[in-house]
Amino acid sequence: MTHAATPVLSIRNLTIDLPKGGDRPHAVSNLSLDIHENEILCIVGESGSGKSITSFAAMGLLPKVLKPSAGEILFEGRDVLKLSEAEHAGLRGSRMGMIFQEPMSALNPCYTVGNQIEEVFEAHAQMSKTERRARTMELLKEVRLPDPERLYHAYPHQLSGGQRQRIVIAIALAMGPRLLIADEPTTALDVTTQAQILDMFKALKESRKAGILFVTHDFDVVAELADRVLVMQKGVVVEQGTAEQVLNSPSHPYTRMLIDAVPKRHGIKGNPDTSAPIALRVAGIEKTYSTARTMFKPARKVHAVKPTDFTVLEGQTLGIVGESGSGKTTLVRCLMGLVEPDEGSVWIGNSRLETTTAAGRREFRKHIQIVFQDPYGSLNPRRKIGDLLVEGPVNFGVPRKEAMEKARALLKIVRLEEDALDRYPAQFSGGQRQRISIARALMVEPKILIADEAVSALDVSVQKDVLKLLDDIRKAVGLTVIFITHDLRVAAEISDHILVMSKGEVVEYGTVDDVFGNPQHSYTRQLLAAMPGRGWEAPDMAALGPADAAR
Amino acid sequence: MSHTSQTISPSLPAASPAPSRLLARKALKHRGFMVGFSILLFVGLTALFAPLIAPYDPYKQDLLARLAPPVFLGGDWKHLLGTDALGRDYLSRLIYGARVSLLIGFTAALISAVIGTTLGVLGGYFGGKVDAVVMFIVSVRLALPATLVALAVVALFGGSLTVVVSVLGMLLWDRFAVVLRSATMQVRQMDYIAAAEVLGASLPRILFKDVLPNVMNQLIVVVTLEMAHAIILEAALSFLGLGVQPPTPSWGLMISEGKEMLLFESWLITIPGIALFILVFSINMLGDGIRDVTAPEGRN
Repeated sequence: MTHAATPVLSIRNLTIDLPKGGDRPHAVSNLSLDIHENEILCIVGESGSGKSITSFAAMGLLPKVLKPSAGEILFEGRDVLKLSEAEHAGLRGSRMGMIFQEPMSALNPCYTVGNQIEEVFEAHAQMSKTERRARTMELLKEVRLPDPERLYHAYPHQLSGGQRQRIVIAIALAMGPRLLIADEPTTALDVTTQAQILDMFKALKESRKAGILFVTHDFDVVAELADRVLVMQKGVVVEQGTAEQVLNSPSHPYTRMLIDAVPKRHGIKGNPDTSAPIALRVAGIEKTYSTARTMFKPARKVHAVKPTDFTVLEGQTLGIVGESGSGKTTLVRCLMGLVEPDEGSVWIGNSRLETTTAAGRREFRKHIQIVFQDPYGSLNPRRKIGDLLVEGPVNFGVPRKEAMEKARALLKIVRLEEDALDRYPAQFSGGQRQRISIARALMVEPKILIADEAVSALDVSVQKDVLKLLDDIRKAVGLTVIFITHDLRVAAEISDHILVMSKGEVVEYGTVDDVFGNPQHSYTRQLLAAMPGRGWEAPDMAALGPADAAR
Repeated sequence: MSHTSQTISPSLPAASPAPSRLLARKALKHRGFMVGFSILLFVGLTALFAPLIAPYDPYKQDLLARLAPPVFLGGDWKHLLGTDALGRDYLSRLIYGARVSLLIGFTAALISAVIGTTLGVLGGYFGGKVDAVVMFIVSVRLALPATLVALAVVALFGGSLTVVVSVLGMLLWDRFAVVLRSATMQVRQMDYIAAAEVLGASLPRILFKDVLPNVMNQLIVVVTLEMAHAIILEAALSFLGLGVQPPTPSWGLMISEGKEMLLFESWLITIPGIALFILVFSINMLGDGIRDVTAPEGRN
C-alpha cells in the first residue's frame, strides 16, 4: 500500500477512564491507530469492547463521565483532545463527518432533508442561497438518491431506512471532510440496502480521497470493505493488520474465536430426512391489515401475509428468511395466536388449532412456544427468574413445587446455575437472558419452538453458543424448530429447510443447499448477491498455526 | 476449537446486586429523596405518637392564658408555641393537626389511586372502545372544578372527616388515570406481555403480575403529588369553614381561626402555615426523588 506522508488521523496511546465502579478501569487503554487518505480502517469488536468510545473520542463527543487520561488524537496535526468546545464544533461537520447507526434519530423530524443538508453550509461556509441549493442537489446525486428534486422537500419520516442513511452520509460529506467516522452505519438496515450503502462507501473512498474509520461487529462487512482491520476486546487492541492478514490468518486467540463464531455460509447438516412425520402444517394462512378511510386519507389495505402453505417435519428446523416488511413477523404472530389470521388453518400432527376462542388458543399454546428477539424486552424486569419460568406450567395446572423442580432441571440444560432462580433479569447478560427465554419456552414441553430473530441482538460469539444450545436441545428432546431470521448465514447454519419470504409471499422453499446453491427466484438471488463479504470464507482455525497468545 | 468449553458455561456475574438493593443504594445517595423522606418520616412519627409527645390536651381551654406568645416572641417555656384565642396549647394542636393532614392526604390519595389506576390501566391495556370510554370519563372529571365541587358537597353533607376524605378521593384521580394509561400503553407493547399471553396466563394475572409492577414507579410518583394536593385542598376547605369542623385541630382550621388576629398576633397564622408548607414541600421532594431514583438511566 502507498501511504501519503502523514496520516489523516493518528491516535497515540489513548487511554479513557471509566467512572469508578465499572467492570474495568479503562474504557479504552493504550490505543494507537493511524488512518491514511484513501483508506478504510475497520474497528471490530463485540459489545463493550470500546470501539464506539474510540470513535466518539475522535469526534470529541465523549459523554462527560468518560475522561481521556492519557495519549493524544492528532487530526491534521492538532491534538483533538486539547481543543476547546468551539474549535471542536468547527472541525465537526466540516473537516470530520460522522455517520451514526440509527438514521432516524440522527435526523431532525421537523425539517426537510434539504434544510438539514443546507444547514451544514450555513454553519461552516459563506455561500449564497442558490449556491447552497446547488451543492445540496449535487450531494443528493452523489449519494445516489433517486429524484433529488422531490427528496429535497421530503421529511425524514417519508423516506426508507436506506434513504435516510444516505441523507446522513450526504450531511457528513457536505464540507468535503478528510475523515469520515461511521459507527455501525448499516446494522439497522436490510441486507440489500446494506450492500448498496457499503458499495457507496467504497466509491467514496476513491472519489473523496478521505480516510474512513468504520466501526462494526460484522466480519462479513469487514471482508467487504476494509483495507486494514483493528480488533478490540475490552478496550484493548488485540490485533491490527491488513484485512487480508487478519481475516485469513488471524494470530490472536480472541480474533480466531470471533472469526470462528461467524456462521458458515453453506448448509452443515447435509440432506434432511424426508421420511419424518409432519409436525406442523400451515394451510392458506392469510392476513390483511386495513386502515379505515379518514377525511385526509383513503382507506388502505396491506396484505401482510398472502396465502401461505408450508409444512415442517418432526425434529427438523425450518428457517424463514426475509427482510423487514416481508411478513415474517405477522406470520409468527398468526402461528402463536397473538394475531388472528383472516383465512387458513394451522395443524399440529392431525389436529387443527383452534385460534378463534380463548380456550382453544390456550390449549394449543401447550404445543407451540416462542423465543422473542429482544432479550431485554421479553422478560418482565420485576419478576424473579424462578417466577418467570414456572409461569407457563402453573398456568396449565402444574403445582408450583413440581414446576420449580423442572425449572431447576431446565436451567441446567440451558447451562445456567441454579441460583439464577432467585435473581432478576437485570442481573443477566443478553446471551444469558436468551437462554432463560429458551428455558421458559421449554417449560411447557412444546412440540414446536419458534425462534423469532432469537439471536440477532447478540454478539457473534454468544450467538454461536445460543445457536448450538438450540440445536442440542432440538436433538435431545426431538423438538421441531421454526427459526425466523434476516441473516442468511445464521439460517444456513441451523436449518434443514429454508423458506424465503418477500412482501408477504413465500418466494422460495427448499433444502439449505438448494436455496443457497441453486436459487430459483430472482429475489433469493438478489438477497444472496447482497450478502457482504462474498469473496471471503472464514479460514479453518484448526489448520492455522498455534495462536500467538503473547499479547 | 477448545475455547467453546470456556464460553459456553459462563458463571453469573458476581458484581451485579439485586435491583431492589441497587434502588436502595441510589435512594440513599439522592439528597432530595433523603430530605423529603426524613421530614415526612418525622411528621408521620409525630402524628402517630401525638398523645405521648403533645405537652397538653389540644382541646383543653385555659382562658386565663389566652393568646400567650411563643417562646421566640418573648413567651415563656410553659407554652412553647404559645396559645390560641381560647388558651389552647398551640404546639399540641399543631401536633394533633398533623394527624388530620396526613390522614386526609394519605386516604384521599389512596382512594383516588384505586379509581384512577383501574381506569387508566384498563384503558391503556385494551385500547379501542374501552379506552374511549375511559377518556370520556376522564374528560368529564376534568370539566368539574375540583374545589367548587368539594365545597358544594361538603356544604350539602356537612364537614366531617369522612366526607372530606371521600370527596377529595373521588375528585383527584384524573392524573392517576392519565399517567397510568400512557404508562400501560408502553408496557403493553413489550414482548414480556406477549410472552405471558403465550404461556397461557389469564388476563387478571397479566394485569397484576406483568402490567401493574411495571407501572408502579409512575404510580408512586403520582401518589406523592396527589397527597400533597389533597392536603392543600383540605386546608383550603377548612379555611373556608367547610372542611374539618372545630374543635378538631386541623392546620387549615388553625389558619382560619387565626385570620382575625392577623395584624396583631401574626404567628397564629405563620406557624401552621409553615408546617403546611414544610409538609407539602417534603412530599414533593420525596416524589421527585422517587422519580429520579427509579428512572432507568439514573438521570439527575
